[in-house]
Amino acid sequence: MSAYIEPIIGRYVHVDIGGEAHRIYFEENGQGNNDAIPLVCLHTAGSDARQWRHLLADAEFAKNFRIIAFDMPWHGKSNPPASWTGGEYQLTTARYTETIRAFCKALKLDKPVVMGCSIGGRIVLNLAIDHAAEFRALIGLEAADFQAPWYDTTWLNRPDVHGGEVCAALVSGLIAPQSPDVSRTETLWGYKQGGPGVFKGDLYFYRVDGDLRGRVETIDTKVCPLFLLTGEYDFSCTPEDTKRTAAAIGGASVTIMEQLGHFPMSENPEQFRRYISPVLGEILKQSMQHRQGIKV
Amino acid sequence: MSSASNATDATVNKAFAAIPALLEQAPALIGRGRFLDCECLLGPTSHPFHASIRAGRIVDLTPAPVLMRSWRFAYRASPAAWAAYWQSEPRPGWHDLLALTKRGEAVLEGDLHPFMAHLQYFKDVLALPRQHFAMAAS
Repeated sequence: MSAYIEPIIGRYVHVDIGGEAHRIYFEENGQGNNDAIPLVCLHTAGSDARQWRHLLADAEFAKNFRIIAFDMPWHGKSNPPASWTGGEYQLTTARYTETIRAFCKALKLDKPVVMGCSIGGRIVLNLAIDHAAEFRALIGLEAADFQAPWYDTTWLNRPDVHGGEVCAALVSGLIAPQSPDVSRTETLWGYKQGGPGVFKGDLYFYRVDGDLRGRVETIDTKVCPLFLLTGEYDFSCTPEDTKRTAAAIGGASVTIMEQLGHFPMSENPEQFRRYISPVLGEILKQSMQHRQGIKV
Repeated sequence: MSSASNATDATVNKAFAAIPALLEQAPALIGRGRFLDCECLLGPTSHPFHASIRAGRIVDLTPAPVLMRSWRFAYRASPAAWAAYWQSEPRPGWHDLLALTKRGEAVLEGDLHPFMAHLQYFKDVLALPRQHFAMAAS
């Protein structure tokens, strides 16, 4: 194999979140075209933005999109803020929303598309509820207003159980059996590398603070189109959870993805591409029509 | 009980009884369980097995009940759930031990520490019949 360098570039941006400076790591591709549509990608709980590396490196998508993925504070290469002294980390709806908006503002993104998976899919719904006008389109992968818990999160962070092993073993069942072994292993590696208590702290948002039942009805997809895609093997956010959520939102697009689970972009990038390509195509079409002044 | 479900029960029991031998052929999996010594109850809901695990090996697998035999945790599922779990390409919702508990087809009880501390080990050990089951059941 001859050596080559991927087109993805990684940098740090310093952003104020909650009145404190945070050093946020992000990767991007596709910024060569000034007309490129900003596409911000949000990773799942307990992992980091490496999950998006295949989408980031996609030459076809990068022609029209500036694809960006950042590590949330406490995740990947985004350290906790300087004031943190080791206390319990808990992600809240307000903090998560503020982080995404602050990141987009810091990069001066013009009406970005935001695509999030799992907790990222849930927060996308919150963006649609409270800040729809700031975004060009929103894409929720494995997203629902609520889903029934299937394990006790206290197992994720205790001294007598290896956190990396148990986090990875729990989510391993959310990957479709058809996913390639190499992608399965890479997806689980992200979980094995998470900091202690970080996955559990993210799930505070997912399980406790971020219940959006009774709020998604207010989403107006005429202000911002909403696309929901869920893998058939996801038993955490099931296809039924997503369909139930979408049924309460007028105009939301729903796709159930075959042979995919809870981590479509990393567990089987090729299969995921088949589903996300038409969505990005639709967003591009709407964006071009808008630019040309055609009412859609 | 129909003859079809009797046949499934018998096939599932037979597949369970073969797990210790299959595990012996999987040294990497034994290695993953090298710190595990545990008595547990595994198998079909009505006819489970007492499993004695030592350093990742199943050194004894005996059909329950055994007089006054203790166990730390139990993972029991319906024969239909085991049959579905052991398909070469399981259906959505039937493809993971905790998917089965979530859908009410399996029950996890007792002191869960050994199970959770070795979760991937148990998932993989209990999936060992997958390589032969579909063929045997057909």
